Amino acid sequence: MTELCRQLEKKFEVTGLKEHTPKRIYMEVPRRQISDVAKFLFQEHALRFCIATATDTRRGFEILYHFGEDKTGIIYSIRVFVPKDDPRIASLAPSLPAANWIEREIHELLGVDFDGHPNLEPLLTAEDWPRDRYPLRRGE
Amino acid sequence: MKRVVPIGPYHPLQEEPEFFKLQVEGEKVVGLEINIGYNHRGHEYISPTLTWDQAIFLVERICGICSNSHPFAYVCAVEDLAKIRVPERAEYIRTIVDELQRIHSHFLWVGLAGHFMGYNTVWMWFWKYREHLLDLLELITGNRNHYAMMKIGGVRRDIREEDIPAIEKTLNLLEEKTALFTRAVLDDPVIRARLEGVGILTTQDAIAYGVLGPTARGSGVAIDVRKDDPIAAYSWIPWDMIVFDDCDLFAKAKVRLLECLESVKMIRACLERMSPGDILADVHEIPPGEGIGRVEAPRGEVFHYVRSDGSNMPVRHKVRAPSYMNVASNVAAVKGCTIADAVLVLASVDPCYCCTERIMVMQDGKQMGDGEYLIKLSQKTTETLKTRYGDPESKLRGLM
Repeated sequence: MTELCRQLEKKFEVTGLKEHTPKRIYMEVPRRQISDVAKFLFQEHALRFCIATATDTRRGFEILYHFGEDKTGIIYSIRVFVPKDDPRIASLAPSLPAANWIEREIHELLGVDFDGHPNLEPLLTAEDWPRDRYPLRRGE
Repeated sequence: MKRVVPIGPYHPLQEEPEFFKLQVEGEKVVGLEINIGYNHRGHEYISPTLTWDQAIFLVERICGICSNSHPFAYVCAVEDLAKIRVPERAEYIRTIVDELQRIHSHFLWVGLAGHFMGYNTVWMWFWKYREHLLDLLELITGNRNHYAMMKIGGVRRDIREEDIPAIEKTLNLLEEKTALFTRAVLDDPVIRARLEGVGILTTQDAIAYGVLGPTARGSGVAIDVRKDDPIAAYSWIPWDMIVFDDCDLFAKAKVRLLECLESVKMIRACLERMSPGDILADVHEIPPGEGIGRVEAPRGEVFHYVRSDGSNMPVRHKVRAPSYMNVASNVAAVKGCTIADAVLVLASVDPCYCCTERIMVMQDGKQMGDGEYLIKLSQKTTETLKTRYGDPESKLRGLM
């Protein structure tokens, strides 16, 4: 386990910590802690925000925030679940411009609302695509 | 008074769909709004409907220029998921094809940038030698583009011993000409005047926007997946990462030009070191789990995430191309530029979209000019500089 993992476990409610390979580490944090985790990784540890992957799962909308530590080549993937009956989570874009577009994309493709995002207008879908149809939601 | 100059929905330089709304005051750019999505084809939706092996052909078609990077990152993600060990020879072949692709992509960009500065000699010259490169790729992979070399667990085709002299011959030619012309371009006073100090993307902005590849390395951010998280043969061969901290367009051009020479060095080292052997591992099933693959494409890190439920298809496949991060950083780089420079600045990240060309400048509801107009404006700036510096391009023509 890396030093950063230990610090994350100490500071946040980390569950399901898994080292798939030494360079691919996955963990879950509660939804309310994601902005603090992102600030901790980006501002205090200079990790780079690679991208986020959002998936429709049985437990809710899962968002995996991938942070890359370029000096070691490790990717820390932070998992957060957003319940389907209240699909909202704090936006990282105000403190992390790199997250701006992907949050817009997740918003239009899965219907997750990002609180505090400066502009949640659709990024990829056509202008006449209905606003209440989410292409990556299963069963629609 | 603020006016809006729309560039797009097709980029006049890259001939690909994106829409920039430049907010200008007089000649000066004060803001930028970016619209993308004209080329959204729903790959992440289609991929889970294909088998693990079919998805390679899908992701290969995400981009025609770096058509090796996406399948490469995808097979790395699946290999990470299933913990597959790839035979050594296959790793060398993967590196060779990826580096050839990098040179061709950088040549493409330098040529286009030359054309839009009004330096058609640069354009003709780089594209002339790019042809040799595409012929070489055809010899090795069977295709000039969309090489179809990647398979989960290895590569599809071996490099034949009898082809190696031809590969070396082309490499020698490319190295000689690239070195010569790189010096000529970097010493040219007009090119320097057009690119130096223009389109500054500060190191701080580069980090905040998470930019990648030559865009980051031209802004003093020393990141390169080939060094940071090396896959294939990158950690077995000697090579240097090219980084400049000038943050301007000239730095980005320098990174790309010098990287071509590094790539030639890397391909030679691979050819020297690889020994006969298998090119494909036995892959039977993909277990449940998740995997991440990343590859340094010509424009920066390509990121693929796949998830398996143990069936014959991925249940989730996320793709992040480098332009997704780089294009967003234009908002910071273009501020303070003149309109004539803006076309170059917006193209400096080497954005990657798709085809066709259309652009209009509107004022009070009337059309003022089109794509040609902006290109002419950029070329006129170079002409003005040429009268100041003499015509160094005639020297370049002598090199052809």
